[in-house]
Amino acid sequence: MITVRRGGVAVSLLAAAALMLSGCSGGTADDSEDTVKVGMLHSLSGTMAISEVTVRDAVKLAIDEINADGGVLGRQIEPIEEDGASEPAVFAEKAEKLLQSDGVATVFGGWTSASRQAMLPVFEGNNGLLWYPVQYEGLESSPNIVYTGATTNQQIIPALDYLREQGYTKLYLVGSDYVFPRTANQIITAYAKAHDMEIVAEEYTPLGHTEYSTIANAIASSDADAVFNTLNGDSNVSFFQQLRSAGVGPEDVPVLSVSVAEEEVGGIGTDNIAGHLVAWNYYQTTDTPANAEFVAAFQEAYGEDRVTSDPMQSAYNAVYLWKAAVEKAGSFEVDAVREALDGITLDAPEGTITIDGATQHVYKIARIGQIGEDGLITEVWNSGEPIKPDPYLEGYDWAADL
Amino acid sequence: MTSTSASSLSPAAAPARSRAGRLAGPAVFVGVLAVALGVLPAVLEPFRLNLVAQYLCFAIVGLGIAVAWGRGGMLVLGQGVFFGLGGYAMGMYLTLERVSSDPLSGGVPDFMSWSGISELPLLWRPFAHPAVAIATAVLLPGLVAALLGWAVFRQRVRGAYFAILNQALAAAFVILLINQQHLTGGTNGLTRFPTLFGASLYSADTKRWVYVAVVLVAALVYLAFRQVVRSRYGALLVAVRDGEDRVRFLGYDPTWVKTLAYTLSAMAAGVGGALFVVVMGIIAPSSLGIVPSLMMVLAVAIGGRFSLAGAALGAVLMNAAETAFSESFAGGWTYLQGALFVLVIVFAPRGLAGIAESAAGWWRSRRQPQGSSQ
Repeated sequence: MITVRRGGVAVSLLAAAALMLSGCSGGTADDSEDTVKVGMLHSLSGTMAISEVTVRDAVKLAIDEINADGGVLGRQIEPIEEDGASEPAVFAEKAEKLLQSDGVATVFGGWTSASRQAMLPVFEGNNGLLWYPVQYEGLESSPNIVYTGATTNQQIIPALDYLREQGYTKLYLVGSDYVFPRTANQIITAYAKAHDMEIVAEEYTPLGHTEYSTIANAIASSDADAVFNTLNGDSNVSFFQQLRSAGVGPEDVPVLSVSVAEEEVGGIGTDNIAGHLVAWNYYQTTDTPANAEFVAAFQEAYGEDRVTSDPMQSAYNAVYLWKAAVEKAGSFEVDAVREALDGITLDAPEGTITIDGATQHVYKIARIGQIGEDGLITEVWNSGEPIKPDPYLEGYDWAADL
Repeated sequence: MTSTSASSLSPAAAPARSRAGRLAGPAVFVGVLAVALGVLPAVLEPFRLNLVAQYLCFAIVGLGIAVAWGRGGMLVLGQGVFFGLGGYAMGMYLTLERVSSDPLSGGVPDFMSWSGISELPLLWRPFAHPAVAIATAVLLPGLVAALLGWAVFRQRVRGAYFAILNQALAAAFVILLINQQHLTGGTNGLTRFPTLFGASLYSADTKRWVYVAVVLVAALVYLAFRQVVRSRYGALLVAVRDGEDRVRFLGYDPTWVKTLAYTLSAMAAGVGGALFVVVMGIIAPSSLGIVPSLMMVLAVAIGGRFSLAGAALGAVLMNAAETAFSESFAGGWTYLQGALFVLVIVFAPRGLAGIAESAAGWWRSRRQPQGSSQ
């Protein structure tokens, strides 16, 4: 007969109890007079770390600048950093920790749609305020999130307008298999139908996929005249390499990417991607006084070889937008800050941006860029005026069925 | 009744135990339960209490692994599948609870309306009833494991092949969930559950009740599995582990012996997954793929797979360590976690329960040196 050994049970269960108790470090929402706590929640480990760490650096730079300049409402910002570990459930857990245990005034963080959606109920349940810095698939407008990246009508639709103006009418769609590419491709398909364009093919690969020779050959032999690329992360490296091996260059079939920025170009290899197109709202080369300062400050803080990108810039802006809203409200309280959001403007690196209070998104100029031999991106087209955010595409008749 | 039953696993254990020794186990169990229910909710803030509940969800999974792997010798490297089946069943109910209370939803979850679905799919409809969701969370993992187990154990698939099969299953399950985005929410998984049975999931009161429920379920699963491993069936299971052909020669059919243990472990994983969704408010494919499945087994290895309490402790300890490390060293905590794994496996191959056992054995043998000559 087998018995559970009682000595083992006793010791291990006692140890468990001791451990649980020791796990409760005391972190109360103590409002000391000279600092204000804010959360920084990015993936510092896991597959997304390579991208999210750059955004974290930009947020930290903004916080340091504001602190050196006297803080917010006379208080120094005290950042509390947590690791989302590229895992939605961890983002939810850490968001709850920041809001409940640390009592932070606001949180800057998130990159993937999965991480944002995981944090959303936590911020709604605890009435927190999250600043989300990455372009995304739209169809969302939570009172507890401010979206400082582009929604679809500030990135995808201008990109389609540009391709159509340039005479490209047959699109090949390639994307990673998750909500952003799938939603983007639905919008692209509806747009194509309404504007007499043709979708030649729509292909999805799992996140992290690296085998693209089949798709590259299919593109080479298809009659598509442009590729709309919503691949994310490492997959872009293989995709562009194998596309080049298949003999497809930017002069034959240009690839327009919406998730490839300055940071990714280096990893893909300039040789493989030079000449192709991207759609964002900001490039390191964007010519504004604020951007000259931002790039100089960033490179001074983190090294001359570092590049700046759209998500980094949007995250950097978020800290300043929050500061402006807090000062307008005269308070760190979430409800008061939210009330103050509408109409806040900032001379940002990407140009003057304004918060739209109704959607809690930001008015932004859309920019199409071309990747150069030096790995930087040069603007080839912009929308002129900042575009009003329209996350549900209510202003577009052809999008009514989406 | 003399307790001369020494385990074949630990020759160091003394053959004779005092009455006090026999009562120590149950006393500790009651004591831990009292601390968990009486002390922790009073001293921990709601967020920390919720974390403990999360650890206990993995402890429940660990109890199942201790039965299948520790007792049955089946290296179950795909428990994420069963965890996910339980989690998604419960998540579907919670999603529908939100949808039904939200007039703007049009009767379907948002990820379905994005995919052009305007009517709730047949697969989802039964999950509007909590009883169906809970029953599915417990029984479906068991059913899947029973069918799979019976098929492979009959073919005498074992050892590394069985482990690889489980890993492949976890990988395939994740791909299925991601591809069927219109039914499963894709990589985002299921989240945004404001309420459970009408009560806000984010209020401190609800969190406390959820915690109490998780503690009670964990205690029940522990007691139930304790009965299982001490029963005649438990002895047979160990015999199959140690010599499957000998057991077959003696006239028992190892197929059903192993299938039952595998099924029980899958059901425990399903229960853990269902509770995890309620505790964390999210279930996504990244919580149940190959790596999370490995972590579930690793936690049991650290705690000690031959002991139920050790397995549960391992899960609690590993997850608590993850929290503590990642909060103290937001960058680079994964190295510390890795170092912990290596240290435990190198210096305590039978896990922490093995250390505790050796220590207890050593102490007893010092008290009665002549008793340890077994």
